[in-house]
Amino acid sequence: MEQFVQQLINGLSLGSIYALIALGYTMVYGIVKLINFAHGDIFMVGAYVGFVSITYFNMGFFPALLIAMLFCAVLGVVIEKVAYKPLRNASRITALITAIGVSLLLEYVVMFFAKAGVRTYPENVLPNLEMTILGVRITFTQVCIFAVTIALVILLQFIVHKTRVGKAMRAVSMDKDAAQLMGINVNNTISVTFAIGSALAGAAGILVGVYYNSIDPLMGIIPGLKAFVAAVFGGIGIIPGAMIGGFSIGAVETMVSGYGSSLYKDAVAFAILILVLIVKPSGLLGKNTREKV
Amino acid sequence: MLEIKNIDVFYGVIHALKDISLTVNEGEIVTLIGANGAGKTSTLRTISGLIRPAKGSVHFNGEKISDKSVQDIVKKGLSHVPEGRHVFASMTVLENLELGAYLRNDKKGIKEDFEKIYARFPILEKRSKQHAGTLSGGEQQMLAIGRALMSRPKLLLMDEPSMGLAPLLVKEIFSIIEDINRQGTTILLVEQNANMALSIAHRAYVLETGSIVLSGSGKELSQSEEIKKAYLGG
Ligand SMILES: Nc1ncnc2c1ncn2[C@@H]1O[C@H](COP(=O)(O)OP(=O)(O)OP(=O)(O)O)[C@@H](O)[C@H]1O
Ligand SMILES: [Mg+2]
Repeated sequence: MEQFVQQLINGLSLGSIYALIALGYTMVYGIVKLINFAHGDIFMVGAYVGFVSITYFNMGFFPALLIAMLFCAVLGVVIEKVAYKPLRNASRITALITAIGVSLLLEYVVMFFAKAGVRTYPENVLPNLEMTILGVRITFTQVCIFAVTIALVILLQFIVHKTRVGKAMRAVSMDKDAAQLMGINVNNTISVTFAIGSALAGAAGILVGVYYNSIDPLMGIIPGLKAFVAAVFGGIGIIPGAMIGGFSIGAVETMVSGYGSSLYKDAVAFAILILVLIVKPSGLLGKNTREKV
Repeated sequence: MLEIKNIDVFYGVIHALKDISLTVNEGEIVTLIGANGAGKTSTLRTISGLIRPAKGSVHFNGEKISDKSVQDIVKKGLSHVPEGRHVFASMTVLENLELGAYLRNDKKGIKEDFEKIYARFPILEKRSKQHAGTLSGGEQQMLAIGRALMSRPKLLLMDEPSMGLAPLLVKEIFSIIEDINRQGTTILLVEQNANMALSIAHRAYVLETGSIVLSGSGKELSQSEEIKKAYLGG
């Protein structure tokens, strides 16, 4: 039992990170129907920006978090404007290949500036506290990761459901023409979506930095893929789905490494995806939408 | 109020609109009728800025709008009820109506318009918390009209509002259109239901494979032999 709860706690921290990345995947897919394969690399850039802010500018965790989010937001908007916008009416495969190109570009640009090797976050970015409740160990860093994630998700829900720009985002993702006829500026709305999604990935990047301490230019590939799995698992384009997907994949992964072998954790995550897609192709929360004529 | 001069529209190599000109005067209901694929929707989409004409111009209240963005055109008082309703399916009825007022920030006026629209379409008030996708076809059409009215348009473009509705509902929609017009909104109505459209229109244009082939008052056209043969079933 203790072991189970312990793995669940660990899974929650890891799942938070997947959820944050998955949110960006799902939001971008929702609005431009593009699987943004560079999204995992934006997460990596966030980790590096956090690293630089903390190590070279002696910033605390929260200022560094803000800087990383801001930097990634701008990066996301620039990528969209330069690489994806010109292809908006091109075939999907063209856009997908471009996304892979952007992904490689980000990886190798970071490698150029930061070297290919592993960098280590300082040990004590967050106070090195921990507590043990009934034999279950919880570190302060884990609490922080979870709290930051929940705060960001609440903020996101607020933006999407209560603000003008959030309503515009939902309208554009449902029906671009109709949204335009309401007077919504589709280009600006897409930019905002990229900004928010990328900022969340940036936050995930710095959280991984403080949790696992080591970062490298290719660190975005696997978490990016798993977050993609999480987004599809929950129902791509659906925000709560990405959350549930992220936490599920995180929990499954720690359970498998805890009880079985960490060798199999990725295989199990992908096997679950395949299973879900066979049973429910639109994902856990996805619905097969029908249009009334 | 609206003046379309010699527009040409292409989709790739398809020449969808050929040298179309038409005018709508303030206070009128003007209808544009024609068979499937004649170019009715293309005409409306060109007016609201969703597609650009290759040649020709659209003027609204004396100002050229054919080079303006859709938002700017909406801002000038033009609203478009698209073919097939296009309500935001996973948003509530209330949210759909709110989006209709997206460019406005006069809270008081918006509230008044909500009341007006709920008075006109009581069913929308009843369903206000329900997702638009769960409404019936007729209710969705009312929502699409209500949503378009939320921007307080001077000119309302309507694309086949009677499509797919039961005869009784078609009658109701047409009487609503007349009523909206009486309250001061000019209307350009695209229809395949030529009979009904001609009966409420002040003037009409007939579109055939991208060209206007006939125009005149609603009465004249509903009595014209050609029209009777081609569109009125006799
Ligand atoms: N996006 C598009 N791409 C290519 N061709 C198009 C496109 N939209 C319309 N067309 C073509 O342009 C012509 C006019 O179409 P349009 O939709 O304007 O007709 P319509 O009069 O509205 O027809 P309906 O009564 O069926 O709605 C048709 O031949 C159609 O096939
Ligand atoms: Mg049409």
